[in-house]
Amino acid sequence: MTMGTAETSWVKRYLFSTDHKVIGKQYLLTGLFMALIGGILAVAFRTNLAAPGVLSDSAYLRLVTYHGTIMFFWVAMPVLLGGFGNLLIPLMIGARDMAFPTLNMLSYWTFVVSTIVLILSFFVPGGGFSGGWTIYPPLSAMPEAFLGEHLGTILFLFAVALEFASMLMGGVNFIATIITMRTKGLSFFRLPLMIWMQLIASVLFLLSVTPLIAGAFMLMMDIFAGTHFFTVTAEHTGNPILFQHLFWFFGHPEVYVILFPALGIIAEIFPANTRRPFFSYKTLVWTGIIAGILSFVVWAHHQFVAGINPYSAIWFSIFTVAISVPFSIALVVMGLSLVNGSIRFTAPMVWAVGAYAMFIIGGLTGLPLGAFTSDIYFHDTYFVVAHFHYTVFTIAVLSAIAGLYYWFPKWFGRQLNETFGKWHAILTLIFYNGFAFPGFFLGLAGHPRRYASLGFFEYLHEYQWIHVMMTVSTYLLFATQLVFAVYFIYAIFKGKKVEDPNPWKATTLEWLAPSPPPHLNWGNTHPIVEHDPYEYAVNGELKAKGMDFLPQGKLYVLKKSEAEKQEQEG
Amino acid sequence: MSQELKVELEGVSREAIGGVIEQEELESVGAPPARVGFWVFIAGEVIILLSLIASAIYFRLTYPHWHETSTFTNVIISTINTFILLTGSLTAVLAHHFAFADAWKKARRYLLLTMLCGLAFVGMKAYEYSLEIQHGFYPNTDPFWMFYYTITGIHGLHVFAGACILFGVWLYVRKTKSKYAVENAALYWHFVDVVWLYIFPMFYLT
Ligand code: HEM
Ligand SMILES: [Cu+2]
Repeated sequence: MTMGTAETSWVKRYLFSTDHKVIGKQYLLTGLFMALIGGILAVAFRTNLAAPGVLSDSAYLRLVTYHGTIMFFWVAMPVLLGGFGNLLIPLMIGARDMAFPTLNMLSYWTFVVSTIVLILSFFVPGGGFSGGWTIYPPLSAMPEAFLGEHLGTILFLFAVALEFASMLMGGVNFIATIITMRTKGLSFFRLPLMIWMQLIASVLFLLSVTPLIAGAFMLMMDIFAGTHFFTVTAEHTGNPILFQHLFWFFGHPEVYVILFPALGIIAEIFPANTRRPFFSYKTLVWTGIIAGILSFVVWAHHQFVAGINPYSAIWFSIFTVAISVPFSIALVVMGLSLVNGSIRFTAPMVWAVGAYAMFIIGGLTGLPLGAFTSDIYFHDTYFVVAHFHYTVFTIAVLSAIAGLYYWFPKWFGRQLNETFGKWHAILTLIFYNGFAFPGFFLGLAGHPRRYASLGFFEYLHEYQWIHVMMTVSTYLLFATQLVFAVYFIYAIFKGKKVEDPNPWKATTLEWLAPSPPPHLNWGNTHPIVEHDPYEYAVNGELKAKGMDFLPQGKLYVLKKSEAEKQEQEG
Repeated sequence: MSQELKVELEGVSREAIGGVIEQEELESVGAPPARVGFWVFIAGEVIILLSLIASAIYFRLTYPHWHETSTFTNVIISTINTFILLTGSLTAVLAHHFAFADAWKKARRYLLLTMLCGLAFVGMKAYEYSLEIQHGFYPNTDPFWMFYYTITGIHGLHVFAGACILFGVWLYVRKTKSKYAVENAALYWHFVDVVWLYIFPMFYLT
């Protein structure tokens, strides 16, 4: 194990690197770049909602489809799992790298190929897929079901398949790493909450995406071999509902795949900035596991009006309401973590508190959608759009940026400006609510989703001004993020260098390493865990000893083996 | 002693250093990553195939001619193929056994034999498909054939992938003598074998 990396070439070090930190940064930056594209699409189609006619109806649908798909699979997953997961797992569990570094590199480059294919699919003749991120057949299976061109659809599906392959490689790696590479003393119930959340997310992804892969095989057979799994013609009766089942069996857990790492970020930021231990660590872990299990029996709440058996709808309603119990408990535990703390409103903390508050709105508005009696009215309205933006935007933007502010010094060895960070948070929260909240009212008024304009719906014309307001908010929101993007890139190269490798005085292992950590993280030392993850001083013995916090472990210098000693002398 | 305490890590604070430790004290008790990782991968594969099988059962419930159509499949070829796969499992077990006994020559021979079973299976299967197509049974003929071609096709691809993996491992272990590589290749083989034991009754014996 040598530390020297000086002799390796630039290509090996920054491009085809197997170092988890380089791969993590690659994922992070690619994901943030795609966020820019997803955001530009949102700005474009929101413009059309305020001023109908800017886009053709089919272009509108195409942009919405790409927006949703990109935001889920090319932003939320690569940033929260590929980025945060890769950057944090080995450091937080005291390992030198992931279990399978080469597989890790392969995962990233598969992701790059998927990104290229996705962008390509947008520009081929006939344009990209326009049937919504849910890729329901017949829209995805039969060219004649939509605009007649199919090449874009095929490439689009191919891109999503590659993205799944990439995330699966990552998932296998995450699970194997967390199970087998923990350092001495780090038992499962001493793992930082972020690591638990990454583990649960990876398991959920593996268990939920695999049935969809089976569905994708069948869809491909429908497209290329003329079968009728999901399509209905005069002679053949396929079953489009089966695809919906397979899709949502994946789709609902998928939301948790990105939600859990986001909760993990908040759960790391809260204790460090309240200077008190997390309120009931075990409760958060168990609610995560229970919600993860329940997430596999709620999927058909997306299909209440799709023609499923009304009696099964009752069960899916019950399970959906049941799943809100572990989540309510999780959110309560997080809230209680703030009580009695000595809160420091650092920039990451402001973001985390903001995200926490928005999750509550997102969670509560999910209940009327999970109970089928009310969902029959709300289904496919802007109420749904507002609801899921309160969850997914909070996950992919608010929590992710909270994490960026928190771990930026660790990853880049530089500090983001605190005042900037707080203003950034406040403006983002205002404009975010400006574009998302009115959606609830539009939905209540019966505004359907996935429509380019209000043209058909005379009863909605009086609400056009709401769309204008939402669009203006979107512009401001987007402008705020652009300023951040510029500052972020500037700070990577020119930001103020951190003096202290542990600027937040946090306990978990990653803060023991230098910032940024060198290749293989620990040099000739090795971290050993001696305590629970969040030993802060607000209550109890530590304070009596005059200490503010107790790091989870210490670094131990590795004694050289006899062979190594001889080699050095010789 | 003082020389051993030298920390080759720039930028860590003194308080972070707890002392000196022997390499041996660190040996982790965890399972080998290669084994855990591969089991996780196999778990994923199992779910893919189970989902396909579940979908077939779902269709079958509403398709009255399933049984009738299934009588057209070729029981003789598929029975031979079943034996080929089971033989492969036996040789895979032997390869694993000899690898862990450090008898690498034998281990590699059995890896190669297992691979040949895989290729034989794929060859027979291709012949079987050609017969069916000659008789006018296509993937879009009816729900039975649709699932038949899809599921056995995906399984056949897995067998072929298994043969490639076995060949790769055969090359790889010559120098590295990696026991886990043999173990994982054998595990993969057992997996395609077990899946076939579900597929066989489903399409041939109903
Ligand atoms: C700049 C911020 C954003 C704006 C202004 C925005 C706006 C919108 C609007 C207006 C729609 C619905 C269009 C329609 O149904 O006619 C939509 C759909 C969607 N958005 Fe966003 N969004 C933003 C961020 C995000 C983020 C961060 C995510 C996820 C991580 C996301 C995920 C989705 C999804 C999945 C859909 C559904 C697409 C479909 O119906 O196929 N959005 N967005
Ligand atoms: Cu759901």
